[in-house]
Amino acid sequence: MSTAVNTQKKGGFLAGTANYLDERVGVAGILKEFGRKIFPDHWSFMLGEVALYSFFVLLLSGTFLTFFFQPAMTPVIYDGVYGPLKGAEMSIAYASTLDISFEVRGGLLMRQVHHWAALLFVAAAGLHMLRVFFTGAFRKPREINWVVGFMLFVLGMAAGFTGYSLPDDLLSGNGLRIIDGMIKGLPVIGAYTSSLLFGGEFPGEQIVARLYGLHILLVPALILIFIVIHLFMVVIHKHTHYSGPGRKDTNVVGYPLMPVYVAKAGGFFFIVFGVIMLIAATFTINPVWNYGGYDPSPVSAGTQPDWYIGFLDGALRLAPSHLEVTAGGVTWAWNILLPMLVGVGFLAVVALYPFLEAWVTGDKREHHVLDRPRNAPTRTAIGAAGVTFYAALWAGASTDLIATNFLLSLNNVLVSIQILLIVAPIIAYIITKRVCLSLQRKDREIALHGRESGRIIRMPHGEYIEVHEPLDAFEQYKLVDFKDYQPTLARPNAQGKITVRARLRAGLSRFYFEDRIAPVTQGELDAAHHDHAPAVTEAPKKKAVTAAKKPAAKKPAAKKPAAKK
Amino acid sequence: MAFMKRNLNGSRRHPMAAILVIAAGLAVSGGGYAAATAAVETAKPVTAAASAAQVDEGHKLFLANCASCHGKNAEGTPNAPSLIGVGAAAAEFQVDTGRMPGQASGPQLMVKPVQFTGDEIDAIAAYVGSLAPGPAIPTDAQLAANGDATRGGELFRINCAMCHNAVGAGGALTQGKYAPALTHTKADHIYEAMLTGPQNMPVFNDANLTPTDKKDIITYLTYVQTHGSAGGYELGNLGPVVEGLFVWIFALGFIIAITIWLGAKSN
Repeated sequence: MSTAVNTQKKGGFLAGTANYLDERVGVAGILKEFGRKIFPDHWSFMLGEVALYSFFVLLLSGTFLTFFFQPAMTPVIYDGVYGPLKGAEMSIAYASTLDISFEVRGGLLMRQVHHWAALLFVAAAGLHMLRVFFTGAFRKPREINWVVGFMLFVLGMAAGFTGYSLPDDLLSGNGLRIIDGMIKGLPVIGAYTSSLLFGGEFPGEQIVARLYGLHILLVPALILIFIVIHLFMVVIHKHTHYSGPGRKDTNVVGYPLMPVYVAKAGGFFFIVFGVIMLIAATFTINPVWNYGGYDPSPVSAGTQPDWYIGFLDGALRLAPSHLEVTAGGVTWAWNILLPMLVGVGFLAVVALYPFLEAWVTGDKREHHVLDRPRNAPTRTAIGAAGVTFYAALWAGASTDLIATNFLLSLNNVLVSIQILLIVAPIIAYIITKRVCLSLQRKDREIALHGRESGRIIRMPHGEYIEVHEPLDAFEQYKLVDFKDYQPTLARPNAQGKITVRARLRAGLSRFYFEDRIAPVTQGELDAAHHDHAPAVTEAPKKKAVTAAKKPAAKKPAAKKPAAKK
Repeated sequence: MAFMKRNLNGSRRHPMAAILVIAAGLAVSGGGYAAATAAVETAKPVTAAASAAQVDEGHKLFLANCASCHGKNAEGTPNAPSLIGVGAAAAEFQVDTGRMPGQASGPQLMVKPVQFTGDEIDAIAAYVGSLAPGPAIPTDAQLAANGDATRGGELFRINCAMCHNAVGAGGALTQGKYAPALTHTKADHIYEAMLTGPQNMPVFNDANLTPTDKKDIITYLTYVQTHGSAGGYELGNLGPVVEGLFVWIFALGFIIAITIWLGAKSN
């Protein structure tokens, strides 16, 4: 019957549906635009995806938890199945968390999925930020998207902290107590703010319900909005790619979204989901039943925040004591204000770094080809110093565990980390910069002379030389294709004055680009193909120098033997 | 059974039957009581009234192993405190956990393999206990983990958790000292530690935490020791630091390995 009707080939149900949709919402145009989006292939481009998928898992598992969690601090007597809390007085929030853990079918698994996914979300976002930083993907035109991503990271911390406090157990209550102390440490507005937030004296009976509103409504909504903006900008800017033959600032080399990346990314979502499920099913996270309901009097040893708040907790622990100053009838608790300033200041530097670097380089070009970290030695070194600084703050949050597990004195650990907080970033900066410059020198050497093959041959006239295998074009491209910046001088403005601003900028430019290895030029390459060019040409200080073309002493052409093959 | 048989046959009860029954009853109950007491005695040989022989034996062991630091009469030296009045409980705690005899001076004496047999430890404890009145070794009834775990947990969180962690995973104190983990500590040692306050631990005497309170705390700790986490492997019960390390190293590490696999060029 149907074959008789189908005189015209229509393509069946799928084509029919597609046509239906296209006529109504113009799906063909959308698909044509998005389906042909090109994404380059590299493992480090998937880290942001991990964060995105963790967020999906958070939405799913979080929705499940809202079905059973009751955000109220009304005291009840626990009558559930967990023995050592039976008959204890606790808030409804804590009791319902225990019920989710012990009595709701699959509840404990979902709680653990939610918590592990939260830790993974922020960790993957942080690692993604590091990738973007070290490859220079934040440069024009992506500065604003860097800030959007930074906002996502901060919102991730906010979502995590508000969620951490919801069960109203002893551990999270202690965390809230620290927040309360920090708020009260703010001069003038502190006490009022704390009172408003907690609805009276800490802990009050409001805070869990308020944090719940933030945790399930405002913060996730903001995260979703920022994710949409973030991805939208990725589409507008197109994805960056690593340098290689044919890869330019004007193109993207990779595979299309449809069908390659839809399949790859879809599969990857399930892999991430699977890994989270596997971990949640086998490893305990935040065993709230151990801590008991919140009671302001006890503080357990080993009380720490989740990892992403750790650097702020560490800053508090590392702050020198006795910094309170009384001025104008107000106590300035610098032992609290100083770490807050350090934490906020660090985050501000992270957020604003792209603008700082753009100002120093004065580079207004668009960049779509990523830097290899070694080819931007100063930026990489600054990044390494920042990572070290963060790591020292982070380690500061676990001084007690470091002391007990390595049988050290708590006091010595604390003082050591205080010293490391200042010294280690400087050392990391110096080492990283030197390593980058050395790697660049090595790249230069390889680009000009090829790889050492380890094969020693004897020439007819008796000389021994090692055979160097020349690189193929693809490998060589990576080694020679990078942009070269040179220090700029402070120039007088229209009035003929050299402003402080110009001096500062020139100083920073010198700081960034004084030590540099110039990329290999075509001339050098051509020379090297005939004989040996100087392996390394380090630019003289301050002065911009294109690689010097030193006509090396003529040597017999036979000296450069062909590669083995 | 012979008399019962005769009874069933309807014949008159033997005149000696009653006496026999009473004698048998007395023998069973008396002998049982004696046996039970003996069993209790062997389980708890150190009683308040330790035998003079045991004290003598303890004194000899003390002179050979402890007197070089604590003095010949346990009066103390510049290197070690006086043991007069610390009680048998303190001696048993220190020696039975292997902390004493001390191996090296340091911020804190550490647990190491026990150096004496049970009888020797009892003798040393009896000797130290005989020097002056002091905390005695707790009885089995005091140590039975049949109290109120909920109340014990609450008392533990209020009195102990700030050093020992909410589930007794241990914690740091100043200058290299630490509160040890209680994950494998036996009930008698927990009780004795509360009574005597070894090293940096404060004393929780019976006015501070009554024997019932102590029993409840032991009940709670026993529960925690014997019940694993419902959520899977516990990661040492050390809290968010370990969880953070785990997520960075294992979860993210595993996922990065997968991304490298996915991003690898197929050839």
